[in-house]
Amino acid sequence: MTAASIQVSEPPLVLYTLRRADDALILGHRLSEWCGHAPAMEEDMALANMGLDLIGQARELYIYAAKVEGKGNDEDKFAYLRDVRQYRNLLLVEQPNGDFARTMTRQFFYAVFADLYWRAMMMSRDATLAAIAAKAEKEFAYHVRHSSEWMIRLGDGTDESHRRVQIAADDLWAFTGEMFVVDDAERGLIDAGIAVDPASLRPRWLKTISEVLSEATLTIPQNDWMQKGGRIGHHTEHLGHLLSELQSLQRSFPGATW
Amino acid sequence: MATPNSPLWEVFIRSRNGLAHKHVGSLHAADATLALQAARDIYTRRGEGLSIWVVPSSAITASDPSEKGMMFEPAESKIYRHPTFYDVPDEVGHM
Amino acid sequence: MYTQALNTSDGDDRHVEDATRSAQFQARIDADERIEPNDWMPAAYRKTLTRQISQHAHSEIVGMLPEGNWITRAPSLRRKAALLAKVQDECGHGLYLYAAAETLGTSREEMVDAMLTGKSRYSSIFNYPTLTWADIGAIGWLVDGAAIMNQIPLCRCSYGPYARAMIRVCKEESFHQRQGFEIMLTLARGTPEQKAMAQNALDRWWWPVLMMFGPPDQASQHSDTSTKWKIKRFSNDELRQKFIDATVPQAQFLGLTIPDPGMTQDAEGHWRYSEIDWTEFKQVLAGNGPCNRDRLAARRKAHDDGAWVREAAAAYAAKRANRPVAQAAE
Repeated sequence: MTAASIQVSEPPLVLYTLRRADDALILGHRLSEWCGHAPAMEEDMALANMGLDLIGQARELYIYAAKVEGKGNDEDKFAYLRDVRQYRNLLLVEQPNGDFARTMTRQFFYAVFADLYWRAMMMSRDATLAAIAAKAEKEFAYHVRHSSEWMIRLGDGTDESHRRVQIAADDLWAFTGEMFVVDDAERGLIDAGIAVDPASLRPRWLKTISEVLSEATLTIPQNDWMQKGGRIGHHTEHLGHLLSELQSLQRSFPGATW
Repeated sequence: MATPNSPLWEVFIRSRNGLAHKHVGSLHAADATLALQAARDIYTRRGEGLSIWVVPSSAITASDPSEKGMMFEPAESKIYRHPTFYDVPDEVGHM
Repeated sequence: MYTQALNTSDGDDRHVEDATRSAQFQARIDADERIEPNDWMPAAYRKTLTRQISQHAHSEIVGMLPEGNWITRAPSLRRKAALLAKVQDECGHGLYLYAAAETLGTSREEMVDAMLTGKSRYSSIFNYPTLTWADIGAIGWLVDGAAIMNQIPLCRCSYGPYARAMIRVCKEESFHQRQGFEIMLTLARGTPEQKAMAQNALDRWWWPVLMMFGPPDQASQHSDTSTKWKIKRFSNDELRQKFIDATVPQAQFLGLTIPDPGMTQDAEGHWRYSEIDWTEFKQVLAGNGPCNRDRLAARRKAHDDGAWVREAAAAYAAKRANRPVAQAAE
């Protein structure tokens, strides 16, 4: 016997909130996979701290989505009982950890965006999202700091580390465009002052990325073909495996409390 | 290839404004920036700090415990440095 | 002061250990004074502590693996956050302990290498597998419960850096046992399947946890000197009995059965337990536990896979350190 997926109605604000919640959960889950396996014990502490920040953000956002939806769903139903096609996260955050260079590059690309995004969201007309933003912005500011310092050290460290981090940047680049895409569901929220237009954040994102990559002696990837689909449930193959692990107990023991 | 030993750093944390930085432990990091971040991640997980110092352990010069007598005992006999050395009648009140 | 630099190899204990110094050292211990890194200490005291603290540190680090095995499968977001924070704490505790051990003059790299090459041990309890979510409850409740019994007396250990590290560890660990017990309680009050899961975890962990306190007193090698030096303040059997007496009522509260049909309560209220299978203990210690090879392989892999990262950080630091000098030379 397995637990079936829940039905989620996705009026714009619920969908919008779930998308950000899914970003946070999936990236937090990825970082938690490192626990006990990091390159140094000090870095184990850092990766777990960032993972905990993200899982905390996901919980707050799911709780809010459940409240707005008002259909009796809760944080765990959203996390554990939605199928891969119901997940709304960016493709970037579901990409596997790979080596430490890939994990840090993914964190760097995302955190620089998320820091700008949540800072802007502090002005949201939605008081709950604005409050979540105030906390998330500080957390991401630290993720930016930490991941930037590692980008610089890996890029300007040894030939081996330079090679690895350049490959990671090149491979992940195509997943960065999706962060700045707006669809019709979000346009109305942006017009209402509840959401911010991510496209407006791109110049600043690119500036920080360029500065850090340049200090790291790395080359900005030139490929400008961008992948997308995560926001409507068209994921890469990696997410399904992540969810089968994440959801295994809830799916195997329907209705149990843990 | 053997990994190079990364330098040891001493960590000092100010837990509240108004208090001095206090030694809390040590950690390994390749440089000062990473040491500061590691100190934050290791030693302030439960809101223990408002300010952090990291100092290379090799930069600390310590007194030699075997010279404790020469270093610290001479101060013990200078009891006139303490207020209790002086007699002031009770009726004068707190001074 | 936790300084490696102060513990150079020509430490005082290389000098002749005359009877006077040893007697003075013992007098300080007997007067409940704390010994600090640069104080004179007998070579055997240094060696015993380095061994004990580094093994303790290895245990924290290897102990991340069995619990880490369930972080990605934790059944609710609340449990996931708590487990990740808990396993992260274990890492922090390993770091505090390595730092305390380093004050005795051995570098962390040497200690870690000794563990990775199998020369230095870690607690055998971590060579058992975590098969179900209930094992996470059982580890928190029983393994952390036993660890706390062992660790609280260490907060008064004669060696200052170890005692201070243990104070911090004990303070932070107070949530670990509670989260484990809460998991067990939720399972015990859950569906019949969940309760069976909890009972099965207790069945598998009970005896290995009792072995965590070490061999029976009459067979323990290190106890005499460790007691004399106030590194150890209670015997293995005393702590084991204390743990059992505290745990039996908790199991009763959970409605779970301790897998020792011969267990009886004596007139003084102590729970008398059956003979422990020390053959199993010796086998696990010798490397024949169900997970010994997996644990070491996982730590070696993390160490080896991380080497290029640590080298990159060192290379960058060296470049930075050389840059101003290079500029000055121009």
